Amino acid sequence: MRFLVRRLGFLLIALWAALTVNFFIPRLMPGNPAEAILAQFHGRLNPSSLKAIEVALGIGGHQNLLSSYLEYLRNTVTGNFGVSTSYFPVPVTTVISRALPWSLGLVGISTVLGFLFGTALGAVAAWRRGGWLDNVLPPSFIVISAFPYFWVGLLSIWFFSLTLNWFPTLGGYTETATPTLTWGFVGDVLWHAVLPAFTILLTSIGGWILTMRNNMITVVAEDYVKMARAKGLRPRRILWQYAGRNALLPNLTGFAMSLGFVISGAILVEFVFNYPGVGFLLLQAVSAEDYPLMQALFLLITVAVLVAIFISDVATALLDPRTRSSR
Amino acid sequence: MTARSLRRRLGAAWRFLLRDKKAMVGSIILLVLIVISAFPSWFTPDDPTAEVYNPGVGLSWAHPLGTTSFGQDVFSQLMAGTRQSVMIALVVGLISTVLSVLVGITAAYSGGLVDDTLSLITDVILVIPTFPLIIVIAAYTKSASFWTIVFVLVVTGWSYGARQLRVQALSLRNRDYLLAARARGESSWYIIGVELIPPMTSLIVANFLGAALYAVLAAAGLQFVGLGNVNTESWGTMLYWAQNNEALSAGLPLWALAPGIMIAVLGSALALLNYAFDEVSNPALRPVTTRRRRKVAA
Repeated sequence: MRFLVRRLGFLLIALWAALTVNFFIPRLMPGNPAEAILAQFHGRLNPSSLKAIEVALGIGGHQNLLSSYLEYLRNTVTGNFGVSTSYFPVPVTTVISRALPWSLGLVGISTVLGFLFGTALGAVAAWRRGGWLDNVLPPSFIVISAFPYFWVGLLSIWFFSLTLNWFPTLGGYTETATPTLTWGFVGDVLWHAVLPAFTILLTSIGGWILTMRNNMITVVAEDYVKMARAKGLRPRRILWQYAGRNALLPNLTGFAMSLGFVISGAILVEFVFNYPGVGFLLLQAVSAEDYPLMQALFLLITVAVLVAIFISDVATALLDPRTRSSR
Repeated sequence: MTARSLRRRLGAAWRFLLRDKKAMVGSIILLVLIVISAFPSWFTPDDPTAEVYNPGVGLSWAHPLGTTSFGQDVFSQLMAGTRQSVMIALVVGLISTVLSVLVGITAAYSGGLVDDTLSLITDVILVIPTFPLIIVIAAYTKSASFWTIVFVLVVTGWSYGARQLRVQALSLRNRDYLLAARARGESSWYIIGVELIPPMTSLIVANFLGAALYAVLAAAGLQFVGLGNVNTESWGTMLYWAQNNEALSAGLPLWALAPGIMIAVLGSALALLNYAFDEVSNPALRPVTTRRRRKVAA
């Protein structure tokens, strides 16, 4: 319980830090470029969204820092991010809510799959120490994890879509199709998701394999594993129910740590594939100089990562009594 | 450190390089890339920016990797772009590592409130997703220069190392030889510099390599989406121009794929060295040699 309270406290502090950083970035930049963009919208925005944008981006300049900071915090908590300038006059929250499901689906599923496959492969590699899997996997994935995500995306577009013509090059679905909940459309969506998901999977799986293998090597040397062997338990049972379970715990913490890294890579993967998710939207907002949308997206991505980390903390606490008792 | 112990250490490092295949491959690649970035003109037959050739030519003797749709030689651009990526890797790696060592060891050595505060800051920076943050900062600065990129990558890149170093310093803090140094009344600087840091060398080096790898990939991503200075010569900007001119569907795949291969080669070199140093600090991870296996079997 104490552990959970600590982690919840940390979640709140991290959230507050992200909000504050987000508040100060535009104010610290020389010659705030948001000023010029927002000037074009004077008179066309309703007062409440204009105020929200001014407070968030540090323009207008008719308020002191503290009161605009407090108002910014209140706006953020109540979800008042103002209006997107590139999708004018659609509110920022509406623009984001259209992109969110795409990212959740693509990044969520490929991250979970990567974690599961990577952990399993790493466990087997460490179990058969010196076997072919153990000799081939670590070096090849050290190399693959050094590839830029977006470049793996470019490579797979070139090979699988342009050369072999197996998959579409861009988008989340065929543009002429109408988004409905039919088998045909769902199949179309999945067909478009294969290459981006494959890219994220391939570049992120190496990390899971290596950390799981390294944890597993330590765990396999423990006395209770030797004891299990001495009792004559079946190797498969020792592998998964004795050693694997305990080696998994540090990997779960690692899952939280590297999530931010995977999200970062996914932003570029979405960009390469023009995938209609949050990352692609963020880069579009940057090139369209849509500062309100950009700031809100940064916050959303940060909150998502922090909440995911908290969930994995809770899972670790539930699975591992040691984390609950220590500290 | 005396000259003799320095020579012994260098000798040990050299033997390690010869024995470990991963470290060997990694350091050879790194050395070649450093030479290219120090003397790019030795390797560039043509002016990398000159738009003087037939645009969109495929492989040939004159242009080993073809030309761009602007009529520039791809191979020359690739060689000229090496410098920036290597520089970013080395500079960001170095500054982040210094920062990690400072924060991590100060936290572990001081303990108490200082440790709590520094650890909290480290953990917060660690969990905030850095790439979106870099994008937002770069969007406000408009076409980030070399030093802006370095600054942003250092600010976001030091925390992982600081955390690891703090944990290791904590585990060393109460060893007998450190307590003995304290009992002798040595100054904190002496204890930290001479007794605490040397045993942590392999972890510090591993952190340098990790930070450098992070810097190469993040900088390339930033330049690829056009947030760097698009008029400088680097692999990231090459990818940006290739993507903007649809090099893949225009039948010039090498223009888009070659810079990525170079990034991957530099990244792999850093990652291989990093892994090798990991094996130094954790002997259990070292590959099982045939001789050791036989002994176990017997």
